[in-house]
Formats: sequence, structure tokens, C-alpha cells
Amino acid sequence: MIDPSRRTILKYAGAFGAFTMGLVTGLVKSSNAVAAQWNKVGFESKAMADALKALGAGNPVESKDILITAPDIAENGAVVPVAVVSKLPHTQQISIIAEKNPRPLMATFDVSSGSEGYVSTRIKMGETSNVWAVVKADGNFFAAKKEVKITVGGCG
Amino acid sequence: MAEPMKIRATLQGDIADVRILFLHPMETGTRKDSKGDIVPRHFIQNVAVTHNGKTVLDGQWSQAISRNPFLGLRVKGAKAGDKISVTWTDNKGDTRTDEVAVAAAL
Repeated sequence: MIDPSRRTILKYAGAFGAFTMGLVTGLVKSSNAVAAQWNKVGFESKAMADALKALGAGNPVESKDILITAPDIAENGAVVPVAVVSKLPHTQQISIIAEKNPRPLMATFDVSSGSEGYVSTRIKMGETSNVWAVVKADGNFFAAKKEVKITVGGCG
Repeated sequence: MAEPMKIRATLQGDIADVRILFLHPMETGTRKDSKGDIVPRHFIQNVAVTHNGKTVLDGQWSQAISRNPFLGLRVKGAKAGDKISVTWTDNKGDTRTDEVAVAAAL
């Protein structure tokens, strides 16, 4: 004998589940539509964890398919060349984060199917720190890090 | 006001190796000038690269990108003569677009 109230709860739970799913996909779609806008929350974050949260990358998985090219020792923190190669299939986004900078998130690149999972640029770093590359591939987040030693900081 | 970019796009197989040099002060908002006044933040926020009109890279930057920024990327499925166009916008609303044609491999 099935308790009718239990049935109702299940039905509601199912409906609620479908509703939240719809909400989530809706959010994902709308965030894609405004991709050209500036991620203010992320770029103003003062801690790496907050920056990751603003990217929607709560806890990225470390991956060996992301290669960071950066010097082991950079004499001038104002110009640190960094290149990121992602060999992950369906790479959608590459972000560069310097863990100990006053504002860790430095750049986010939305990579479409028309370009390879590769970006290279030059960043400013205040002190010796890990440089992280956070890659979004197929909807999941992956990360890799490399330590860069800074002789003279480049934030001021 | 906005200085022209230097863009080079060279073909390597069917991939165009694109290198862009922007001319921009990229002030962090923490630097002080000779009088001790803080120089206000002034930096490029958005960069978009298109290949024959189709967006291939959409970047958002913070002030932590170096002065006179460099950006390198590789565009797939390119042919000699294809148009690579780059647009940037900074936090003061200044913007500039420059375009080059992909050069054949040497």
C-alpha cells in the first residue's frame, strides 16, 4: 500500500528538480550571452578562492594536459611572459591567476572552436607566487600551476 | 588618442599564428607619479579577435596585464589573405579596431 502523501512529495520533488535544472541551464545560457562583459566580481577579488568562485570554478581538478610556459625566475615583475597551452578537448575558456597578487585574477580568454587552446601574454606580478592556469573544457574546470620567482615586484 | 596596434599573422600549415602588440599604459591604480599622487587605473578590459568576421577569442583583462600588452593566439583553419581583426576597449571607454591579412608562410 502506497502512502498517498509520499507520492505527492515525490511528484513535487521531481517537479522541483526539473525546475532547478531549467534554472541552471537558463543561467548558463545567459552567462554565455554576456561573455563580452567584464567579470567585475572576479577581477576585484582579493583572494584566489573568491576569484575561482566568480569564474564558477569552485574546485578545479589539476590536469597534466595544461602546460604553462613561464620563466622560473623573472627579474622584472612588471613583465612576466606567460603562455598557456590546453590539450584538453573542447577547451572553452582559459584564465590566468597569480596566487599572491593583490587581485589574483588577471585575464580570462573565451576560446571558441576557431582557435587553438593557446594564449600567450605578459603579466605583472608583485611577488614570488604560483601562476595558475584555469581551463574550462566541456563544462568542467581544470587547473595547472607553475611557480615564478620574482626579483623585483611590478605592481607599483 | 588610442594608438594603433601592431598585429602580425603568419600561416603555419592551416594555423595562423597571430601576435598582437597593444600600445596602452595599463595603469594599475597603485602607482604614484613624481608628485606622489596616485595615477588612476587605466587599462584594457575587453579584447576580441575575429577571423573573417567570426569571433575566435574573447578576452577580459585586469590591470595586472603588463604595460603595452602582448597577446599571442593560434587561429585554426586559416588561409593566406584571411582577415584577422582585433578590437579592444578600456575602462575609460576608449576603443580601437585594427585589421590585418594573414601572410603566407615564408
